[in-house]
Amino acid sequence: MVESAVRLERAHYGRRSKIVEWITTVDHKKIGILYLWTAFAFLLIAGLLALIMRTQLAVPENKLLSPQTYNELFTMHGTIMIFMAVMPLNAAFFNVLVPLMIGARDVAFPRLNAFSYWTFALGGILMLSSFLFGAVPNGGWFGYTPLTSDIRYTPGLHIDFWVFGLQLLGIGTLVSALNFFVTIVNMRAPGMSLMRMPVFVWMTLVTSVLILLAFPSLTVGLFMIMFDRLFGTNFFNPAAGGDPVVWQHLFWIFGHPEVYILVLPPMGIISEILPTFARKPLFGYPFVVFAGIAIAFLSFGVWAHHMFTVGLGTVPNAVFATTTMLIAIPTGVKIFNWLGTLWGGSIRFTTAALYAIAFIPLFTIGGISGVMHASVPLDYQQHDTYFIVAHFHYVLGLGSLTAILAGIYFWFPKMFGRMLDERLGKIQFWVQIIGMNLTFFPMHFLGIDGMERRYYTWPAGFGYEPWHLMATIGAYIQALGFLIFLVNVVKTFRQPATAPADPWDGRTLEWSIPSPPPAYNFARIPIVRGREAWWLEKYGTSHQPTRRPQPATQPPIAGGQPDSEAHHAEDDALLMMHLPNPSWMPLITSIGLTIMAAGGIVYRSESFHSLGFPVIGIGAVIVLISLLGWAFEPIHGSHAPEHA
Amino acid sequence: MAPWLGGVVRVVRSAMKSQAVWRWLRQASIIGAVALAAAGCGVVGRGPASTALPAGDNAKTIWDMFIWIFWISVLVFLVVAVVLTIALIRFRERPGETRLPRQIHGNTRLEIAWTLVPVVILAVIAVPTISNIFAFDRDPGPNAIKVKVIGHQWWWEFQYPDYNIVTADDLHIVVNRPVLLEMTSADVIHSFWPPELSGKRDAIPGKTNLWSFTPLKTGEYQGQCAQFCGDQHANMRFRVIVQTQEEFDAWVKQQQQPAADVSNNPLAVKGQQIFFTPSNGCIGCHMINGTQAQGKVGPNLTHFGSRDIIAGGILTNTPENLSKWLTDPQAVKPGAKMVLPRKLTPDEVQALVAYLESLK
Repeated sequence: MVESAVRLERAHYGRRSKIVEWITTVDHKKIGILYLWTAFAFLLIAGLLALIMRTQLAVPENKLLSPQTYNELFTMHGTIMIFMAVMPLNAAFFNVLVPLMIGARDVAFPRLNAFSYWTFALGGILMLSSFLFGAVPNGGWFGYTPLTSDIRYTPGLHIDFWVFGLQLLGIGTLVSALNFFVTIVNMRAPGMSLMRMPVFVWMTLVTSVLILLAFPSLTVGLFMIMFDRLFGTNFFNPAAGGDPVVWQHLFWIFGHPEVYILVLPPMGIISEILPTFARKPLFGYPFVVFAGIAIAFLSFGVWAHHMFTVGLGTVPNAVFATTTMLIAIPTGVKIFNWLGTLWGGSIRFTTAALYAIAFIPLFTIGGISGVMHASVPLDYQQHDTYFIVAHFHYVLGLGSLTAILAGIYFWFPKMFGRMLDERLGKIQFWVQIIGMNLTFFPMHFLGIDGMERRYYTWPAGFGYEPWHLMATIGAYIQALGFLIFLVNVVKTFRQPATAPADPWDGRTLEWSIPSPPPAYNFARIPIVRGREAWWLEKYGTSHQPTRRPQPATQPPIAGGQPDSEAHHAEDDALLMMHLPNPSWMPLITSIGLTIMAAGGIVYRSESFHSLGFPVIGIGAVIVLISLLGWAFEPIHGSHAPEHA
Repeated sequence: MAPWLGGVVRVVRSAMKSQAVWRWLRQASIIGAVALAAAGCGVVGRGPASTALPAGDNAKTIWDMFIWIFWISVLVFLVVAVVLTIALIRFRERPGETRLPRQIHGNTRLEIAWTLVPVVILAVIAVPTISNIFAFDRDPGPNAIKVKVIGHQWWWEFQYPDYNIVTADDLHIVVNRPVLLEMTSADVIHSFWPPELSGKRDAIPGKTNLWSFTPLKTGEYQGQCAQFCGDQHANMRFRVIVQTQEEFDAWVKQQQQPAADVSNNPLAVKGQQIFFTPSNGCIGCHMINGTQAQGKVGPNLTHFGSRDIIAGGILTNTPENLSKWLTDPQAVKPGAKMVLPRKLTPDEVQALVAYLESLK
């Protein structure tokens, strides 16, 4: 059985070099790993930009950066962190985990999955290439019109890189959401009803719906900015009857659900890790699931809380204040259920557990300050100050990113067959938690004392000095934390891949197969008998086992279903296994789309204006041809051909 | 007593038995005391733009609301932190432990409780929130001073239609008398914010926003732009000068005078000539009432010499600062819209400074 598996993998990738294997892969695990490292590289870039900004802001009247450069840095920091780091890091987990957790061999549309990745990666590279052309986006990640839509206020190609880069990133994200929605709905192993799915899978499903409903609004808004800039339309030009506030509505109808797109998957991660290390099931599973759904639903009705100072009127402000406060209720339910999960458990303080536990109080701080500026009068003072900066860094930095780090430590053995060093991990944890709090907590005080966001410099005499300095020191400490992480990763990869299948005494199906899993994931599709399927297999279905099985008695599980009935059936199962072929078409389609986007930027340039449409045309032809190739690609090949 | 309440009592009682919990509580109370002491020594309220030092009616209402919402928040956080800490200490795995904890899946009563408690807390916050949304929007009545606020990249224009006054960066208003601001913008979106006096409101092109507040103390207050508006967003400051009615009346009277006659000061006369030479560009952008200088792009300079601050509020109005500004505006404020057609000689700058500063 193991031999045949080895042969199968060889048939799958036999005559291809390592590089070709990776760039043509349609294997969800490999794509997940590509997402992970690409997004992590972008994360480090965004972190570096933040470090430069914090250096500029360390002392008053600093002249290190020009205002133009500073504006570029904060625009890119936000844009990269949101669209190119945290979201794709979440996507990395979707990719690696969802099929493994639901007992599937791959996602529903493997080539589309590769296309999502390449469109994300190339969109990110297009965005970053603006550094080479000295045209780095400078209108903020929120790109308020008419500053961004009117070329009198933002001449040059800065905003064009942003608009076209974001459109590409958006396409990748939308396609990926569709893929995971279909995968989760259609490809669950027998017995895995919706209410038996791991919470992470639930949150992926909810997030996919959020993306599908929220991103089109951004896409439309970006097209309107693009038309204003490229073709002189007047969507956002008040002098010609346009309305700049329309962009704010379009942007935040996307932008607020986006916050939950960034935060719900990390909440899913937490909901997997805490039960594992407390050795107890998630407290109140249905409540956690429905709280997630409630948050997602409400998130579409709160966008105007980003616009309380716009002057929409008293009634809209009152309504949106109320809906915003409502979101605190399901969020609170989640937090209390995590506490309930830990309570009465038997808690192991691994690095992953530390990060997951730290998420609870840190995210709570961000949640509470969120309630503060849901109160409209308070927001009149706090809006666009460092108080807000502190708030969303507690939600996304100390929240999402902390959970993502927990996830990386937790699933690293599953992804790479190697365990990250726990000692270095714990050092990193403390360094990072101290650094993050040192950076972001004083920002509350700065905001209360009137320090505005997006100021490239600040005057002396406003009492800001100690807090700004402290924040900058914290930022450097955070950087040290990431450096420790990199050391840990390098060190880990120099060791042999010897991680066991189930190093943490896991509870969900991904721990039932080897680390890293074989190309086909499950030799036989598992039959799911309840929530936390793998835990049930290990500990039996009796309701209250009281002692752990000794490590030696844990079932050997190479290749899938721990159920020992009918061993010979596994060979037949292998025979019937269909694995999708590697394909060049997703990559080529993405390249075509990227060329089209680049053509749009070329069209806006003064010297190469006339080349714009030809470049778009070339891109379009590449897209068409590759789509044809995609449609007619042969699908034979991987039915375990050498086995028989 | 409801069974779940019994559960809570049991939990608290068992927590109290734990040595570690007591140790932690002692440490926490010391840290808390230190933190409170630190708060007393000015964690916030440290500077002239602090929302913690309210001097206007709505800023004061907001700060009072903030204080008690803050204490509710502290309470909520402490509940989470304390429960978490107790759980981590009590339920940590001991070395050699092979116990498997009871596999509890949930408790519906607890779920209902921790859904309802936040509902109550939020309702308590929502009531003053909503009533103040409406209170802030109330018509200030005919007594209010009307000011038209126009945001420009990167300075503020203030027009007093009732007094026929136009000024820049300095907003004069009267203590205990409401002000009604009509806000708009000449270019991109800005946001008007004097933190000690009032919350902020956006100045949006093509739209007029009304905003009203009443200053409660005389003095000079810092104001700033609160919506990202391009290169010099950080340097789009203004000052609100809250005066007594008499001081304000005197100021109005002075501002209503025609531009000062400078003919008795030869240097100023030379500066005046430089200013009005079309090729020097000044009159293309600036206005001086009753003269041929009718530009509308930059600030109106009729009473320039009477202002406290210049260049979008980043420099105090002194001859040295003004000559620095006129010599090279882009060095003082990179990206500013003040672009000189040619570099002025030091003599020309000196003459212009003499002229402009004499426009009291």
